[in-house]
Amino acid sequence: MIHLKKMEKAIASPFDFVPEERAVGYVCSYLPEEIVLAAGYTPVRLFGVGGDGTKAPSHLQTYACSLVRGILEEALSGRTEKMAAVVFPDACDTIRRLSDIWRMNIRGPHHLDLVLPVKLNTKSAEIYTAHILKRFLDEISSLAGVPISQNSLKEAIALMNEIREILAHIDHLRARGVLGLSTRDYYTVLRAAMVMDRYEYVQMLREMHDHLRETEREKPKKPRLFIAGGMCKLPEIFDAIEEAGGSVVGDDLCSGTRYFSTPCRTDIDPLKALVKRIHARPVCPAKHQGLMNRFDHISRRVEETHAQGVIILVYKFCDPHAFDFPDLKKNLAQRGVPVLLLEIEDPLPSQGQIRTRCEAFIEMIDKG
Amino acid sequence: MNVKTGVAKLREIMTNYYIEAKTARENHRLVAWITSGGPVEPLIAMDIIPVYPENHGAMIGASKMGADLCAKAEEMGYSGDLCAYARSDIACSVVNGGPIGGLPAPDMLVCCNNICGTVLKWYEIQARYYKVPLFIFDTPFCHQAYTPEVARYVRSQIDEYIAFLEQVSGKKMDMDHLSEVGRLSVEGQKLWQAVLDTAMHHPSPMSAFDAFIYMALIVTLRGTQVVVDYYAGLLDEMKGRIAQGIGVVKAEKYRLLWDNIPIWYRMKWLSEKFASYGACLVADTYTSAWCGSLKYLDESDFLHSMAEGYTRIYLNIGVDERAKTIMEMAKKYDVQGLVIHSNRSCKPYSLGQYDIQAMVERELGIPTVVLEADMVDERSFSEAQIETRIEAFMEVLAERSYV
Repeated sequence: MIHLKKMEKAIASPFDFVPEERAVGYVCSYLPEEIVLAAGYTPVRLFGVGGDGTKAPSHLQTYACSLVRGILEEALSGRTEKMAAVVFPDACDTIRRLSDIWRMNIRGPHHLDLVLPVKLNTKSAEIYTAHILKRFLDEISSLAGVPISQNSLKEAIALMNEIREILAHIDHLRARGVLGLSTRDYYTVLRAAMVMDRYEYVQMLREMHDHLRETEREKPKKPRLFIAGGMCKLPEIFDAIEEAGGSVVGDDLCSGTRYFSTPCRTDIDPLKALVKRIHARPVCPAKHQGLMNRFDHISRRVEETHAQGVIILVYKFCDPHAFDFPDLKKNLAQRGVPVLLLEIEDPLPSQGQIRTRCEAFIEMIDKG
Repeated sequence: MNVKTGVAKLREIMTNYYIEAKTARENHRLVAWITSGGPVEPLIAMDIIPVYPENHGAMIGASKMGADLCAKAEEMGYSGDLCAYARSDIACSVVNGGPIGGLPAPDMLVCCNNICGTVLKWYEIQARYYKVPLFIFDTPFCHQAYTPEVARYVRSQIDEYIAFLEQVSGKKMDMDHLSEVGRLSVEGQKLWQAVLDTAMHHPSPMSAFDAFIYMALIVTLRGTQVVVDYYAGLLDEMKGRIAQGIGVVKAEKYRLLWDNIPIWYRMKWLSEKFASYGACLVADTYTSAWCGSLKYLDESDFLHSMAEGYTRIYLNIGVDERAKTIMEMAKKYDVQGLVIHSNRSCKPYSLGQYDIQAMVERELGIPTVVLEADMVDERSFSEAQIETRIEAFMEVLAERSYV
């Protein structure tokens, strides 16, 4: 597939493609990337090194999740020290503390906390978001030494909306079962969107999309699966699912459809549009949009994609996802959708076990 | 009041409180579950009974019923890595277990996330389970500052909170009464701080282990006269002990500071262990959290100042500011060492402790020790390991005291 190799490389070493001094690192998909882009920077999502190094364990207990430990390890190793800035959108308890520990120990990138509200379904929370996005915009603008005009913000929104739209089209091909990409490669394309120069990326994506449309091909019928969870940077899991005979037709992942769903409105003030998007996006369980929103959204997506089963990925020590799991499972079970829970860590301790569990699950769905 | 009758009196007040809460329905009163750091004053002002699942969690831990209930939650699908207060409470709702046969069912839930993100998930689960309305009092995290944006947002939620209570209860809030409750809350907090401050004396008339018990009232009945009366009596008692030169630890030799929630099921063991070395844990960051915001509170304008008071609490601030607080406490209470409970159940409290430890050692030059455990789930407690750690720590203290 065209451009795929380059995307793979960009994920492996983003700073070979984006000059570090023009990069703004971030740790959670609630970052309004458009503001960063409008200041002339490239937002680069930090995924962590995977696995324990020698430095993070002196700052974080073993019960901090492997993602956060990996991000800290990467930063302490000096691999991100030349970035222009790093942004910590308010997320879970562990990311909050990661921000503190980073600020106290790592010199280099300008450190920014974007303390979004936890509640996303009230008017006063929306007003608060508007205030802090304005503050964020001013800070990024002064860091860059350039004013951020309405027009540059609109341009950034247009760029991000185009990326979102094409990714949604590709996702649609996947749901129809005609996408000429493996699941591993699908997520490579997605993750590349979070680390590459967005202008370069959108061109590659356009070409890739054209190519994928021209080469649509009916795949052999396999059990249709939906994946729900947070960020997933472990391609081995996607391989395990496919090798076990399953076909992934949709997801509710932070590094998946949640990244590109909900286009930003273009009919209102651009900053207001960014606020609206934050409040309207499919919700991360560390935030609150109502008691049932997340479950209803996932059920609806499962129905739309005609998925026959749901695989829930929960990182060990990820509280928000672990708390949601029993009720999410119950909710899906009430609709007759079987669920498999996979507790994961980066790096995966045992791929064999995951494959065996996927095989058993897929076999059960196939017989049902 | 002496310490013995002081505890007996406390038990009596707590028993009456739980009887009142458990018979609320018969008495046509409403019950609200609220997080431990949540703004309780509006509930008291509306005669709604506040119930604290976290206090219940502590009771479960102290009764050594934590492991069973946590295991039950795990059977229900909750990961064993989640907060043990939450796990035991969620399980208790289903089995009506625990030391008091479960909490009275709530009519509403009030969740203030100034202590963690866990309470948000926990209260969402309970709101679905009990099918009752949930109010979320969202206090943005103050890594370094309390900004005007945060102040406005939190202040606007106080009005939303009152409107929520009026809607659920069908009654109007009496704002004068709320001011009075606010005044009592501040008075109670001041007295609680004064009680804790008696530990500045050498020898200390009380220890953190006592504070862990006495704190029940400032958590559960803040804003009532009962708290004010009780702590006024307790303060007199402590002053009396100081006058007579009575220390809680016989021949107090070392003074230590405790960080994090207690290990509820091992309080007696730990207390005796430290006392056996002549060590008194004179202060802690946990019980002082219920009066740590006094500097932001204004009795004459409680409603306004409570926004800041409830947002800038110990667990809702940056690690460096927490380290500063700890170092101030270390000086204030004149301690020679810091005991850090690394509590698997509480990530916002525990993550960052290693940096705090390094700062304290570097800047104060006092030894520290980390005890890896859990506040409620005794399956995460290794007696042999903790004992070894404490022994080694006491040896260091002994060596330093001879220098």
